[in-house]
Amino acid sequence: MMLAEPGVLALVGSFAAAAVRISSPLLIAAIGETVVERSGVINLGLEGAMLAGALAAAIGGSIEGPWFGLVLAAGAGLALMALFAGVTIWLGADQIIAGTAVTLAAIGLTGGLYRLIYGAGGVGLSLPTFSAVSVPVLSRVPVLGPILQQPVPVYLGFLSVPLVWLFLFRSRFGLALRAAGEAPDAARTAGVPVRWYRTAAILFGGAMGGLAGATLVLAQVGTFAERMTAGRGFVAIAIVVLGRWHPFGALAAALLFGLLTALQFLFQASGIAIPYQWFLMLPYALTLLALALVRRRVAAPAALAKG
Amino acid sequence: MTAALELRSISKRFGPIQALEGADFVLQPGEVHALLGENGAGKSTLMNIAAGILRPDRGEVVVKGVSLRLDSPRNAARHGVGMVHQHFSSVPAFTALENVALAARWPMTSPRVVRGKLEELTRRTGLAIDPDARTESLSVILRQRIEILKALATDASILLFDEPTGTLAPPDALDLLRVIRDLAARGSAVVLITHRLDEALAHADRVTVLRRGKVVFTSPAPGLSEDQLASHMLGHPPESTSSPVSAAVGGPPAIQVDRLSVPPLGGRGPGLRDASFHIVPGEVVGLAAVEGSGQNELLRALAGLIRPGSGVVHVQAPVAFVPEDRTTEGLIQEFSLADNMILGFGTSAPWIRHGVLAPDLCERLTAELIEEHQVHSSGPLARAATLSGGNQQRFILARALAQKPRVLLAEQPARGLDIQASRDVYQRLRLAAGAGAAVLLHANDLDELLGWCDRLMVVAGGYLQVVPPGTGRDAIGRMMLAPGSSPS
Amino acid sequence: MTMLSVTRRGLGDWVASLAAVLAGLAILALGLSVAGYDAAGALAALWHGAFGSWYAFTSATLVRAIPLITIGLGIALAFRAGALNIGAEGQFYAGAILATWTGLHLQGWPRFPAVVMVLLAGVVGGGLWSLVPAWLKRRYGVLEVISTLMLNFVAEALTSLMVQGPLQEARGVYPQSDSIVAAARLPLIPGTRLHWGFALSLFLAALLWFLFRRTLWGFQLRATGTNPRAARVSGRINVGAVAAAALIGSGMLAGLAGSMEVSGVSYALFQSLSPGYGFTAIAVALLARLDPRVIVLTGVLFAALETGAAGMQRDAGVPAVVVYVVEAVIILVVLVADAGARRRAAPVPEGAAA
Repeated sequence: MMLAEPGVLALVGSFAAAAVRISSPLLIAAIGETVVERSGVINLGLEGAMLAGALAAAIGGSIEGPWFGLVLAAGAGLALMALFAGVTIWLGADQIIAGTAVTLAAIGLTGGLYRLIYGAGGVGLSLPTFSAVSVPVLSRVPVLGPILQQPVPVYLGFLSVPLVWLFLFRSRFGLALRAAGEAPDAARTAGVPVRWYRTAAILFGGAMGGLAGATLVLAQVGTFAERMTAGRGFVAIAIVVLGRWHPFGALAAALLFGLLTALQFLFQASGIAIPYQWFLMLPYALTLLALALVRRRVAAPAALAKG
Repeated sequence: MTAALELRSISKRFGPIQALEGADFVLQPGEVHALLGENGAGKSTLMNIAAGILRPDRGEVVVKGVSLRLDSPRNAARHGVGMVHQHFSSVPAFTALENVALAARWPMTSPRVVRGKLEELTRRTGLAIDPDARTESLSVILRQRIEILKALATDASILLFDEPTGTLAPPDALDLLRVIRDLAARGSAVVLITHRLDEALAHADRVTVLRRGKVVFTSPAPGLSEDQLASHMLGHPPESTSSPVSAAVGGPPAIQVDRLSVPPLGGRGPGLRDASFHIVPGEVVGLAAVEGSGQNELLRALAGLIRPGSGVVHVQAPVAFVPEDRTTEGLIQEFSLADNMILGFGTSAPWIRHGVLAPDLCERLTAELIEEHQVHSSGPLARAATLSGGNQQRFILARALAQKPRVLLAEQPARGLDIQASRDVYQRLRLAAGAGAAVLLHANDLDELLGWCDRLMVVAGGYLQVVPPGTGRDAIGRMMLAPGSSPS
Repeated sequence: MTMLSVTRRGLGDWVASLAAVLAGLAILALGLSVAGYDAAGALAALWHGAFGSWYAFTSATLVRAIPLITIGLGIALAFRAGALNIGAEGQFYAGAILATWTGLHLQGWPRFPAVVMVLLAGVVGGGLWSLVPAWLKRRYGVLEVISTLMLNFVAEALTSLMVQGPLQEARGVYPQSDSIVAAARLPLIPGTRLHWGFALSLFLAALLWFLFRRTLWGFQLRATGTNPRAARVSGRINVGAVAAAALIGSGMLAGLAGSMEVSGVSYALFQSLSPGYGFTAIAVALLARLDPRVIVLTGVLFAALETGAAGMQRDAGVPAVVVYVVEAVIILVVLVADAGARRRAAPVPEGAAA
């Protein structure tokens, strides 16, 4: 039986591990955005937060090592989103256009800063990254074991899923946040300071976005390049919708994306001659397909993007 | 005995409008105190101040003998003041349990514990509710019950009810008032904001009347008459409302409906099922219905805004439609009055030729219209938002009437207007009928309908029934609650 | 949906727009100084790159303004109806792909029809690319913000596929197409590299201005974008159809911009044909408050910014990409000013009717 050949099994194992690793930046960003959208805000600046986090991670990593890079990245994402929160929640600007502008600003800032610091040569592959950490015992399981041999940020990403679930559905602060996203007037009458909740959510989403960018740099790619996020922030937003604004839904959707992207590498490795551009298109096209099939109107927080 | 709540010399101004001036109000524990006044008299404003939603410009709020600065509803709740709102302030997508938990700030870590708290509340008050029902799927009565439970869950001993019976059919209104009296009997101090004199006299211990922001009368309820109260509310003895008789009633029906079924708006409720009736030119017909019974579906289907599911509809053009929500559906607030004219007239307007607009002509015609109908504004280029509620409604009606409609459909045309403006609206509707239009309207207030319409139809649970002439008010009230029943 | 209020431009709007531009430049200068660059020198290089010579002005700045104006007009069209088209970039490429393919197959055609065909191909390409999000919105309620955005990435990948595959130049070496036939190229204004697409974009601006202000259809657009509920109920306007038509029209204009770029500037298709026109055009449209006449001005302004940025990189060593920061600041300032104006225009009454 061909399937039992050790070569194939090893391939499946490393494929699965790659899928999980690829999905983690998307997952982390999507978890943050889930909280943000549950509070009634749509944050198109997420791409910008990821990019800012990616650069911050590269800078921090080369100064003080990967953990410092993580912290700096979270801070960068948070700072960028503080701008977004100020402009939209407190000054009343339209969320969608403001978010796009913030991403634009991030592209300009990171591009400029990157050239300034690293010159034309770039940071190269000299970045200290997170090495894989094996979960004891479980990672020896045949075939699927390699899934549990991931860099630390991946585990953190997966840990955030149940934590955010607990917050949203088993705490009164999560209830208040959800009220802000469904019916802000009713929430205000019940004493919920809607603007503060939304601001806090946006800042959290920014930090998570930054961490997602850091994960991309420090746990996946291993270096920084201009515009390396390539729209992952927007894909994360689509994942939130696909996951029906639920943390576990986001997990499933993110894994799906990771799987599809890993498929691309698998095909390339096995030498099948499909132009790689089709694989580039696949996640986006599938997002659209999935969005069409998900009954969006039923699930979205009712006050999303209405300000 | 210390008063539960005392409001001393409260004054509040909104821009150019003095909403309250030197208003005094005293509420004793265990009493039901009715606060009467027309729309716009200041009742809600006064109670919003007591509930911490608004802050007074001048005056004192004293709760159980202690003078307080209530700067938020949360603060007010902490001192025992709870408001039961007119426009439901619950999150529609949440369950009943979640809404109560949100207002009461119960920790949500253990679902079992939270459920237990709600059960205990139910036991204490006798008000039962299905904790897992989604609020938006509940009937008006039950949604109101959630509001009451919310107030009680925060240990409110002072309850402020803002026009609670406004959207209820008479039998349900009676049930609610009984619940309110019961709460007072158990020790709560209750304020009943209402403009309904009969309710106040039947269920309140004391009565206070507000007129144009000032308290003009306060007294124990027994022995008072409706006319007395009406005089205080209006400042002069009430006139008898004689509606002008419309001429030329008759001819082939302007509205003919056969077995019309319409899917529910927003996917909730029964929609309209199998309705059949006709209306001839010159008639003013009223729809008596509780919220969400199918009356909106009927009116909007006739207006051509929803596609019927099945059935036959014949409506004579032109058709004018006055929607319920004048601020978000009737007008575009950011647009000028002239632009709103273009909006309302559509393609058959005199200022449109081959798709091209003539803005000067539109401006001129708008100016003539607002002059003729006495719409107070700064001119045809004034933004709709700058007009008062009454004037906005006047403009909407003027716009509708200018199209010389053969059919005029109106959803709650007098909602939120004071007595004068409300009478004005209904007189214009009758004028339209006099000019040969068939008028079909819905209003929450059964007395309004009885006073102004030639005949009534009841819509309940999606089913439409023509009310036989001579049917009494109570019987009509019962019909509003029982789909498909015949009047007894 | 809160959107820009498309009311008559008052003095306040002009002041806000000017303030936005100044703020953007000020922040750039500040950032450059902090980073150790010679801010004044950099700004001077920026100016010089855009307006320093007649050649710079006509053959760099104005040439760049053409797609910005054209796409900006499309953005204004969509935004007026409340349809948030963030996918103009993808629509541009879709138009460029179809235009290139057409331009490669018009051997033997006379000049005028050939050019028209190529431009039409662009319109069709962009229109088709925006048809998908319009249909997804109508049929499945998918937010056009997301769908247009996703299709940007698909279009870019498609372009890459084309220039490395079916449309690749004959020798198969470079990732670009062959040059289109000479007949399909837009004629140039003598003495410059400015092509006649400029006149076309000006004409379109005038046409759209007339449509927006003086036709019923333009009014319906405005009503749909300002208050779709009232538009539907009071005006009996089919808001879904109006928004969809606006979105598709917007795509067509972006596609036209793509074909004009191919037919007038590059004569061929390659990967980074657009340096982000689709996004810059959003700033162009917003700063102009969606007014077609002003879009001509703001289109030239942003073209100057980006052309100047290239000059700034050449002469002062400042990375051109930082010009995006200026654009972002401009957008944000305009948004905030607009929010303030909207609040003053239709204040929410605070429970005054008791």
